[in-house]
Amino acid sequence: MSTPTANPVYKLELTSSPHVHSRWNTKQAMWLVIISLLPPVVASVLFYGFYQLFVILVSVGVCVGTEALIKKARHKEVTISDGSAAITGLLLALILPPNFSLFFTAIGAIFAIAIGKEIFGGLGYNIFNPALVGRAFLQAAFPVAMTTWAIPNFSDAVSKATPLAAFKFEKITADLGAMFMGNISGSIGETSGLAVLLGGIFLIVIGVVNWRVPLAMVLGVIVFGGIFWLIDPSKYPNPFFHLLAGGFMFGAFYMATDWVTSPLTGKGMWMYGGGISLIIVVIRLFGGLPEGVMYAILFMNGFVPLINKYTKPRVFGEVK
Amino acid sequence: MSLFSFAKKTFRGGVHPFEHKEMTENLAFEIMPDPPTVIVPLSQHIGKQATPIVKKGSVVSLGSVVAEPQGFVSIPIHSPVSGKVMNIHREPNTSGYPKDAIIIQTDTTIEGSEKFEPLNYETISGEAIRERVRIAGLVGQGGAAFPTFIKLSPPDGKKIDYVILNGCECEPYLTRDYRLMLEKSEDVVVGLNLIMKAVGVENGIIGIEDNKPEAIEKLKGVATRFKNIKVEVLETKYPQGAEKMLIRACVGREVPPGKLPMDAGVIVQNIGTATAIYDAVVKGEPQLYAALTVTGKGINSPKNLMVKVGTPLQEVLDYCGGVKEEAVKVIVGGPMMGIAQFDFSAPVMKATSGIVVLTKEEVNEHPETPCLKCGKCIEACPINLVPTKLSRYSQLERYEDAEDLNITSCMECGTCTFTCPANIPLVQWIRLGKQKVIELQKEKKTA
Repeated sequence: MSTPTANPVYKLELTSSPHVHSRWNTKQAMWLVIISLLPPVVASVLFYGFYQLFVILVSVGVCVGTEALIKKARHKEVTISDGSAAITGLLLALILPPNFSLFFTAIGAIFAIAIGKEIFGGLGYNIFNPALVGRAFLQAAFPVAMTTWAIPNFSDAVSKATPLAAFKFEKITADLGAMFMGNISGSIGETSGLAVLLGGIFLIVIGVVNWRVPLAMVLGVIVFGGIFWLIDPSKYPNPFFHLLAGGFMFGAFYMATDWVTSPLTGKGMWMYGGGISLIIVVIRLFGGLPEGVMYAILFMNGFVPLINKYTKPRVFGEVK
Repeated sequence: MSLFSFAKKTFRGGVHPFEHKEMTENLAFEIMPDPPTVIVPLSQHIGKQATPIVKKGSVVSLGSVVAEPQGFVSIPIHSPVSGKVMNIHREPNTSGYPKDAIIIQTDTTIEGSEKFEPLNYETISGEAIRERVRIAGLVGQGGAAFPTFIKLSPPDGKKIDYVILNGCECEPYLTRDYRLMLEKSEDVVVGLNLIMKAVGVENGIIGIEDNKPEAIEKLKGVATRFKNIKVEVLETKYPQGAEKMLIRACVGREVPPGKLPMDAGVIVQNIGTATAIYDAVVKGEPQLYAALTVTGKGINSPKNLMVKVGTPLQEVLDYCGGVKEEAVKVIVGGPMMGIAQFDFSAPVMKATSGIVVLTKEEVNEHPETPCLKCGKCIEACPINLVPTKLSRYSQLERYEDAEDLNITSCMECGTCTFTCPANIPLVQWIRLGKQKVIELQKEKKTA
């Protein structure tokens, strides 16, 4: 028996619940990350001049182009508009030394996307942070170019050495204030702790970045760096030097927090962040290299699947 | 968000959907006139369907019993109108599965109505309350529609410490609990008192989210007249109205996986159930009306309505000015857990809480992209599951792995799908996998 009123024809969707969705989507999150990278970009131009913009443009352009080419070659949908390749390009450029060769930049960008990301199946499937993969390749292929630093625009320093190198080889501790502002030698986007903090806090407040990873790293470096400093303050730098030196801040807010290559659960994020800091401190204090952020993050990236496997959250109501 | 959530009582996880309650929150309930025909399903509850005691051609009066309960977990069905039985037949249902129903043609010339004797709520015994609730055919208003009298009869040996009334209405859009709390504050509190009496419990709590300040004020006022009833103000967050979450928020207890609230010494009832109990005991009325919100940008004039049980959805939609052309979804229940409808001849049932008509813009769908392992679903899951893995295992038919990760604990609140930036239908996959795992568990038991 039908109802008295005849059914008009509606065009209705019949998917199952939930029927509404949050404001989140992949593309928008990626573009928010790009916006958050503006302060480090501005800082790099401010401290090292306009040339750095070309490095950034080449890196972004080659990353996006490489991704498009590989997707085309594999007959997959070209997904460059999701912004993820552009982020890799931006991140890679910002962790390069000042006045870096555009040709080398392009090679690093190709490597980052092709080997760091697409070879695993593209966005969401890579194990290692693509920008760091690109940088690691450049470090191995062009070690001299990768350690040729410049004196920033507002500095009256005579040495081009980075604070970490100066400490490692000459036992000179840089001024923490200059390190926070970024008026020191280093990679173009990494030197200004202030700029990184601005972008990083923006990402945490809007909810793109989970606060646990940066906090775990900051606490970790203070604890592990602090232990050695307390043992022998004349031999080891104070923990706040660790915090502001090299790529630590940039790594903590932009690199280690990469969704794809960081752990899923809260517990996992604490372990991962703490692990990165421990490795950074060990490399910086006892390794042959002055800086260890890149290798520490790449190393812990490799552990993420394992961490995910063994950090099962306690199910609500379950008693352990 | 969890950095700043220490202020008000709540649970861990959850999301903040756009509320959109403004469309109906200031509209008083209207009583919709009886439709020409009602379709009264024999099963409007979990458990065995009732057995009809009328035949095609029988004349029934308003409130008379048309179907008797069958077995323990079952309830009687009353005729919501006076009229003539046209047929007893399988009819479309809002659950998506057709169900047997008694079709009654309304006839206003038939006089008389059947009611129970009104009882004094101050002197009534617990036993008498339970019996009245049973014969009045009350079901839970939370969606699962469990017969209310069973929830009021905890098995011997279970010590119950609290009755919590669920005034969260955490589903976006819906405002019927809010309106009931405002317009029937007295009934709500007396109803809670009756539940406490029936179960023999000293402490009653009404949990309300802080986005309903007027309801909080009003109920606090009425509650002062009763000992041991307090209003608990909770942070506004979905799914606060889920029993386990509400208990955690109000009294800090966790119901273990696979257990009932009773096992944690708590009974949860809905606002609509409290007012229905009041009606049944104090006014002597069986449950003939469903209080519901008809809302969404796809309906011409949103309303809060008292609708006779059995009224076809089409009648309700027409009464609210009809569905707009740009509507893409008609949902019975709330937008987070409700069921999308395809046949508007399906009737309103006792536990129907709302009809939400959504437009494309409100649905806000984006294309699905690969999982980015952002962990937002894990952060949001109120049960602390790992939705991204569960949905993956379900897709890959790795049911044993899914079982290991407690897929059966999922309550399908949809929080994960709501929050997923990659727009993966997580809860949909999990729902499927959960079904399969339960089937496999049953097979194992019988083997």
